[in-house]
Amino acid sequence: MNIANPTDLSTSQLTEEQEIYKENIIDHYKHPRNKKKLENATHKENGINPMCGDHITIYLIIKDNKIEEITFTGDGCAISQASVSLLTDELLGKDLDFAKKITDQNVYDLLGIPISHTRTKCALLSIKTVQKAINLNQ
Amino acid sequence: MNKLNSQKIKSDFPILNQKINRHDLVYLDNGATTQKPNAVINAISNYYSHDNSNTHRSVHELASRATIQYEHARTITAKFIGAKTEEIIFTSGTTDSLNKLVNSLKHQLKKGDEIVLTEMEHHSNIVPWQQVAKETGAVIKWIPITDDFRLDLTTISKLITTKTKILSLTHVSNVLGTINPVKEIIKEAKSINQNVIAIVDAAQSVPHISVNVTDLGCDFLAFSAHKAVGPMGVGVLFGKSQLLVNLEPNHTGGGMVLEVTKDNTTFNQAPYKFEAGTPNVAGAVGLAAALTYLSKLTMNAIEQQMHDLTVYGLEQLNTVHGLNIIGSKDAKNRAPVFSFTIKGMHPHDIGEILNSHGVAIRGGHHCAMPLFKRLKLNGASRASAYIYNSKEDIDQLIVAIKAAQKIFGVDK
Ligand SMILES: Cc1ncc(COP(=O)(O)O)c(C=O)c1O
Repeated sequence: MNIANPTDLSTSQLTEEQEIYKENIIDHYKHPRNKKKLENATHKENGINPMCGDHITIYLIIKDNKIEEITFTGDGCAISQASVSLLTDELLGKDLDFAKKITDQNVYDLLGIPISHTRTKCALLSIKTVQKAINLNQ
Repeated sequence: MNKLNSQKIKSDFPILNQKINRHDLVYLDNGATTQKPNAVINAISNYYSHDNSNTHRSVHELASRATIQYEHARTITAKFIGAKTEEIIFTSGTTDSLNKLVNSLKHQLKKGDEIVLTEMEHHSNIVPWQQVAKETGAVIKWIPITDDFRLDLTTISKLITTKTKILSLTHVSNVLGTINPVKEIIKEAKSINQNVIAIVDAAQSVPHISVNVTDLGCDFLAFSAHKAVGPMGVGVLFGKSQLLVNLEPNHTGGGMVLEVTKDNTTFNQAPYKFEAGTPNVAGAVGLAAALTYLSKLTMNAIEQQMHDLTVYGLEQLNTVHGLNIIGSKDAKNRAPVFSFTIKGMHPHDIGEILNSHGVAIRGGHHCAMPLFKRLKLNGASRASAYIYNSKEDIDQLIVAIKAAQKIFGVDK
């Protein structure tokens, strides 16, 4: 430990966490895509992780089995918010079948970072909420 | 007074000698649970290696040893908090102590009776009372907190009335670190209504400051071994002997009776009537070893060390740009429990990046959701220090926080 000069430490050891928090994740967290309310949504669903307070609302406009619009509102950790930002980008304009078939692994791949056991709930809140919205309101 | 040597203390705790993500482990999650010294680990291991048996039941040598050790643990615990031996009931922890107590006291509650709690309680000192209030029609009232995260003592004279049956409050807040003037509060409450039953949640105070039940003037007090370098799964409920006499046990079965017929049962006396079933003897032995370990360091020296860490921690955290301390910035009557939020970062992300630096802290609402609602916060990070932590550990915490802020671009 370099206690005498702590600031040196912080710069020399960034690489490890940069792995976990790639710039892309931070970018989606700080500048989320598709983050707005849709007043004329055909489908809407809330998702929450009660233990950590992550919460999102998904809005969809679905026409002829196609996702014409998908947006969200919410708040939470970088992983949960980047995940939903990335996922909405991915699903825009796609068929419902495509959305239904998205797996947990697909979401991890979208995030492109290692997700530890304790963070799986954060990472998957997005897809769980989208699939609930689609399935419940059909 | 002797000063603690945190480096030497650290060497008593084998778990602390490891690397996490290639960094020396800096364990700052002591509010959740503390680590265990060799003295405790060995006491439990020795008990199971040499003396294990059920207690108070058989006449053989091992049964005698187990019984003697269990009762010796009771004596050590009683001494540690200034109680009489027969006033110590072993439970599985603070939560268990409070639940047992609340469910025994509910027979004394009726519609319109008042239960006074504070806004800084842990869920374990809220939820059982809510359940009982629903059942009995009793009403819960709350001592509010001030803008300096302390109890608003000016409200007590209004909140305590002739209808008050219960005053139950935490000694040290697990979120704010505030050390409440429990003695003065109980004194004032009892001067307004001498029948008020005063209960103290000492889960966070027993590890940090010397606690004496006689001095506090409380009727009941609860704590957990695991937050005071003892094992998990064992805790204490202290009750004044004259109150335990008339208190009905709500857990019944073997080990707590004098005579059982098909129609009726005569209970044993306190504390035994509250300890139904086979007790956690190894847990009690571990607790005794823990309290003996702390006694050797002396609670006075621990208190001083905790105060020094509080001063240093507050000073250092205050220098971090964008960091908001959730708790008083005055180290007086405050434990080294540092809850904080960082602008632009969620507690989970902070915790994860700190972990990659080997620094263990907690994030979330810390089982105190009403407090977070009052503070208008969704959650916070919490670094909580204990006897093996040094100023260097705080330095490492600050380094890791700054690194996290850099990654999120909120360091300036
Ligand atoms: C103030 C306070 N009260 C009660 C508890 C509950 O203790 P336990 O979980 O050991 O029953 C805790 C521990 O989290 C606490 O900090």
